[in-house]
Amino acid sequence: MAETLDKLSMYLQLPFVQRALIVGVVIALCSSLLGVTLVLKRFSFIGDGLSHVAFGAMAIAAVLKLTNDMPFVLAVTVICAVLLLRMGQNAKIKGDAAVAMISVGALAIGYLLMNIFSTSGNLSGDVCTTLFGSTSILTLTEEEVWLSVGLSALVILVFIFFYHKIFCITFDENFALATGVRAKLYNLILAVVIAVIIVLAMNLVGSLLISALIIFPALSAMRVFKSFKSVTICSAILSVCCAALGMLISIAFGTPVGSTIVAVDIVTFFIFMLIGKIFGGIKQ
Amino acid sequence: MPQIICKDLCLGYQGQEIIHNLNFEVNKGDYLCIVGENGSGKSTLMRTLLGLQPPISGNILTGDGMTKRSIGYLPQQTVTQRDFPSTVWEIVLSGCQNQCGLRPFYAKAEKQKALSNIERMGLTKLKKRCYRELSGGQQQRVLLARALCAAQDILLLDEPVAGLDPVVTEEMYRIIEELNQKDGMTIIMISHDIEAAVKYAGKILHIADHVFFGTTDEYIKSGRSRFLTKEAEVNG
Repeated sequence: MAETLDKLSMYLQLPFVQRALIVGVVIALCSSLLGVTLVLKRFSFIGDGLSHVAFGAMAIAAVLKLTNDMPFVLAVTVICAVLLLRMGQNAKIKGDAAVAMISVGALAIGYLLMNIFSTSGNLSGDVCTTLFGSTSILTLTEEEVWLSVGLSALVILVFIFFYHKIFCITFDENFALATGVRAKLYNLILAVVIAVIIVLAMNLVGSLLISALIIFPALSAMRVFKSFKSVTICSAILSVCCAALGMLISIAFGTPVGSTIVAVDIVTFFIFMLIGKIFGGIKQ
Repeated sequence: MPQIICKDLCLGYQGQEIIHNLNFEVNKGDYLCIVGENGSGKSTLMRTLLGLQPPISGNILTGDGMTKRSIGYLPQQTVTQRDFPSTVWEIVLSGCQNQCGLRPFYAKAEKQKALSNIERMGLTKLKKRCYRELSGGQQQRVLLARALCAAQDILLLDEPVAGLDPVVTEEMYRIIEELNQKDGMTIIMISHDIEAAVKYAGKILHIADHVFFGTTDEYIKSGRSRFLTKEAEVNG
């Protein structure tokens, strides 16, 4: 145990590890904010779809040999988010079918492109990194770190600014529309913010695990808390704690970052479910 | 001048007409009940009145200072709302959102309005309770309080008593009647319950192959109400 702690404190002195921790925590905070809305609006599948799109975009960026792929991936994901939202309103192709089409399509094309045009000797390693994020959080350049922190700050500001509007359209979109709230505009903003979060979170947990980062804290908080505000705050705190703990564990024991964080999230979910059961049981 | 005039309105989904050439008008202070069988297009009509979907043809004219911001709407409950973590206060306050524009937070006057509507619906004690833990009648009153926050003078209700027990149903009708008589609010209500419609409403719009629109007295004289209640008995 002492040995592990020593190892941990040694790692924590390294600047790139510190950077990774800060970025990881900030990203976890952002991704948890919209979790409640995504779960309740039945939007969580859109988050899943978009993360696959981001994977495809990353593959294209790799083929085009872009040195800084984040802006490109961000642009593609935002566009797809807006398209998916539009399609969800269009009755011709049902929302979930459209999402499934785009998401698996992007996944397949992305892998195909990476395979055909691959320049690196370790293809499966590359793919694994993009899908599960294994080490990318530790290899962020300074530029990417600032971009991540900046975008996260923006997401948090947008969320606070639109908090009441987001509540309104999440609880009852038709009511909002009927009474003259600009629900369509806010939905659009929501879609863009989700896209930004997904691109950010890709660095932390990889594209396959993003949904977990977004929905687990919200679902855990919903087991115990009963107002929208307390659920939001609780899920933000939970997400930050789980991400920090997950990263520390992964540093100490050499486990993959993304899956460790998600594992911690899952454990927390079960703990909260139990707490909810016990307290709910007493009340009834 | 009437608040709403519907002129030669044709309604439906994806180009398929359900209602043809509908003509009626709503004046300030009216209590209008929209009745008709399932699938006759009552909800479609309400969605069109609310501006949630465009009419296939025809016009809805509004007057008397009517805008979207003077409409309050009591929708049928959705599946999402059943497990929504939210307090009564948060939901009622969200009715004021249409007065906020881009302003991120609620003004004092809006919070006051939400408070007084909570009191009006007798929900003061439940203010901090979670919505999903309330009974059906209480939930309806919460949504009604929210509608009152959004509304200035017209209230659209989509089957407000669906799924409520008889006592709570009576209570709900009493509240709606009071809003109409005391506060002078215009009420447009979709209902399955012809008996209650005849009892409370001043005007009836019966949507069927032959549309009826007129006062409740005329409706009773026309014999349509008897026909429908009998049919309901046979079906039920």
